[in-house]
Amino acid sequence: MLNAVRRELPEYIEGYGQVKTFQGANVEQDKPVRRQVVIDKDSVDGNKVLSSLQEAMARCGLTDGMTISFHHHLRNGDHVLNMVLEEAARLGFKNLKIAASSIFPVHAPLVRHMENGVVTGLCTNYISGPVAEAVTHGLLHTPLVMHTHGGRARAIEAGDLSVDVAFLAAPSCDACGNINGVNGPAACGFLGYAIADAHYARRVVAITDNLVEYPNCPVEISQEYVDYVVPVASLGDVQGIISGTTMITRDPVGLRIAQFAAEVIAASGLLKENFSFQTGAGGISLAVAAYVREMMKKQKITGSFASGGITGYLVEMLEEGLFRAVFDVQCFDLLAVESQRRNRRHQGISASFYANPHNKGAVVNNLDVMILGATEIDKDFNVNVTTDSNGVLIGGSGGHSDTAAGAKLSIVVTKLTKVRLPIIRDAVTTITTPGETVDAVVTERGIAVNPRRGDLRQRLEQAGLLVMTIDELQEIAQAMTGKPDSLPPGRDIVAVVEYRDGTVIDVVYKV
Amino acid sequence: MDIKHPAKAGSLESNDIYVMVEPSSEEGIVLELDSIVMRQFGRHIEAAIKETVTKLGIDNIRIVAKDRGALDFTIKARVETAVKRALEE
Amino acid sequence: MEGCRRSMLFMPGNNPGMLQSAGVFSADSIIFDLEDGVSLQEKDSARLLLRNALQTFDYGGTEVVVRVNNLTGSPYGLADVEVIAPAGVAAIMLPKATEKEIILLDKMLAEIETKTERTTGSTKIFPLIETAYGLMHLKRIISSSIRIAGVLLGAEDLTADLGIKRTRDGEEIFMARCQVAIACRAAGIDAIDTPFADVQDQEGLIKDTQKAKALGLTGKAAINPRQIGLIHEVFAPSPEEVLYAREVITAMQEAEKEGKGVFSLHNKMIDAPIISRAQAVLAKARQYGWKEGENHA
Repeated sequence: MLNAVRRELPEYIEGYGQVKTFQGANVEQDKPVRRQVVIDKDSVDGNKVLSSLQEAMARCGLTDGMTISFHHHLRNGDHVLNMVLEEAARLGFKNLKIAASSIFPVHAPLVRHMENGVVTGLCTNYISGPVAEAVTHGLLHTPLVMHTHGGRARAIEAGDLSVDVAFLAAPSCDACGNINGVNGPAACGFLGYAIADAHYARRVVAITDNLVEYPNCPVEISQEYVDYVVPVASLGDVQGIISGTTMITRDPVGLRIAQFAAEVIAASGLLKENFSFQTGAGGISLAVAAYVREMMKKQKITGSFASGGITGYLVEMLEEGLFRAVFDVQCFDLLAVESQRRNRRHQGISASFYANPHNKGAVVNNLDVMILGATEIDKDFNVNVTTDSNGVLIGGSGGHSDTAAGAKLSIVVTKLTKVRLPIIRDAVTTITTPGETVDAVVTERGIAVNPRRGDLRQRLEQAGLLVMTIDELQEIAQAMTGKPDSLPPGRDIVAVVEYRDGTVIDVVYKV
Repeated sequence: MDIKHPAKAGSLESNDIYVMVEPSSEEGIVLELDSIVMRQFGRHIEAAIKETVTKLGIDNIRIVAKDRGALDFTIKARVETAVKRALEE
Repeated sequence: MEGCRRSMLFMPGNNPGMLQSAGVFSADSIIFDLEDGVSLQEKDSARLLLRNALQTFDYGGTEVVVRVNNLTGSPYGLADVEVIAPAGVAAIMLPKATEKEIILLDKMLAEIETKTERTTGSTKIFPLIETAYGLMHLKRIISSSIRIAGVLLGAEDLTADLGIKRTRDGEEIFMARCQVAIACRAAGIDAIDTPFADVQDQEGLIKDTQKAKALGLTGKAAINPRQIGLIHEVFAPSPEEVLYAREVITAMQEAEKEGKGVFSLHNKMIDAPIISRAQAVLAKARQYGWKEGENHA
């Protein structure tokens, strides 16, 4: 059957289940629910501190086939997922399902656990590195499920994703399980992606390398949710939370694109008092922030908020008074962690608060402007950030689809060609974000506006910006690169891409 | 015409191609191509390289090319440079 | 026309990525560099790469200039011209130019133009004035070919030649700037200022460009695309200038209607030079996309 972005999908996918097809970004499903949580607690005593992961697994009643979850606030410096799986493998567990909010290159040992049958299922919002490659090559027993950041929180709250044991990397924790992410040697900021796990998992284990005297203030995840506390030597390497994409690009073409994007924002009419803004990570997106900063200063605008993954750059804007607050679902560098520790207007938010489409109001819906990246875009403005042009998994939505759907103006910034590959395609390899939620594509050679946004096109043209159709942009690119040969159609499904509402927007095939 | 000695041109930078040529004991143009866009443009790049070599009047040659996403204008220039360098006394 | 080349952006001639995207920065001219921007081992490679790029890409409204190697002082210059000029460029920039070399280049270009069926004289020449000799013989250099469209002042080499220190403030090139401005204005060609070396220093770039503009130079070379926007801003007429120019032209039209030969504005006599300056300002303003009646002040 065809879904709303015209992808042919099977009705049933082995290892995934019945397919609910994507109907459109804003199509109401049944009334959303929050699942009932059974309070399955240990009645022993008040002391939650256990001596080992082995003991925690035993006390949690971990058995083969269960689902265990992890957050990714330590990003590529995380040792907790590896540590837990190493122990599970040693103890002979099989057939575990991993619900990790993201998978990074540091999680390479997971490939071995997949080969040995310790791990047979995986769901995540973003995946890169050796695990992504292994999954693409068909190494995982059941299809990988790709969520969005908001979609994962929704799935957990609704019970679509049922977590048996959440293993929470806790940078600072007391013996009763009060956790924060802003103190300790592995301080990585507010643990926004772990909140749903803490609230809805059957059992919650805090793993900490910084066990402090009771009470551990500020409390971000409280003792009411935590079953056990396991002290370990180290949660990981905090330097690893800094991703390479948190620097403003120095590439002149990238800066040119950022400048055009800033001009689009200026022309859109949204840049005024109480402006709200988010950029994805990525050199060009961050450069847009730099231009926006200049414009806000020049026009003496005080914005409402900036949100998303937060960098030192946004912290500076907050401190300059350009925004009244920052909504931080995850710190992208240590300056952001430091800011969160001392600035009350640097507000940590949960993934659900950030982006869940089914709660009573997510921050993404308050966004004026969102700057997004893209690996490929098709002529209906559908965006791929999940796979590369060879079909190999290289990322995933993260907050991409969530913010695109929520923001008043979502702008994709990209070079028109990347090492000979034209970015605008007849069809993208994988659809991550539906084109109906993308308003404009800004490249170094011109700007294409979604035909749904005639109002925006008019404003940009009036401002004298270089507006063209997406077909014209594609022609310019292909005149330079030539037309790429298309890949042979895939057969075996290795990943299912869920839209934020839990419907299936696309699948990824084995390469 | 045959080239006289091995030569190379280009680089492994993005958008460039690194081309090595050497006299070949086999007949014709022997090409070993590696490209980051092999699946999308492999056939096309191969044709561009062979066309350039043929235009330069070279009959027998061995070429090793490592492509980093170069466009045709670069591929042809780097091949021409390598061949001309290989023809110099 | 004066002001057509507010910015001339240097780009290395051997970088495929930059050759592909050189047209997207809104520079008035791009100068593809085969001289200092290319190592000795890669001169042959860069020349062919650039030739292919020129044959392949349409750089749109951006004028394409190529800085070749010195014609007599290096073994590469003559080959550069032989290979590049037939591929089609608006102008050749000649480093450390002397009259003798310009005459030689003029002859080569004429032959190439005949061979490639281009209009004789269509390929322009930009001498780079970057030696004491060049500065001293500026007038003769400029008049040695009708192809000369402008002069670029090269302060780095010039100060080295003079044995003086190059500074951020640029007081040491005050005289040279004046000389270039005067000679070029006298000949009706562009006077392009030396690039500002510190790409990070935006404030320094603005000041340096303002200085050049104040001395009569008509444009400025850039070494990074990020410098283009600021250079254009400096060379753009100010809102006050445009407003005044409009007043002058309106007053003139009214005076004509009334049959008055001489008229005044704000108690000041308006004569021919003021009118022609006002016309030049408005022409420039139109170039920047200012519309009649629009008030940017």
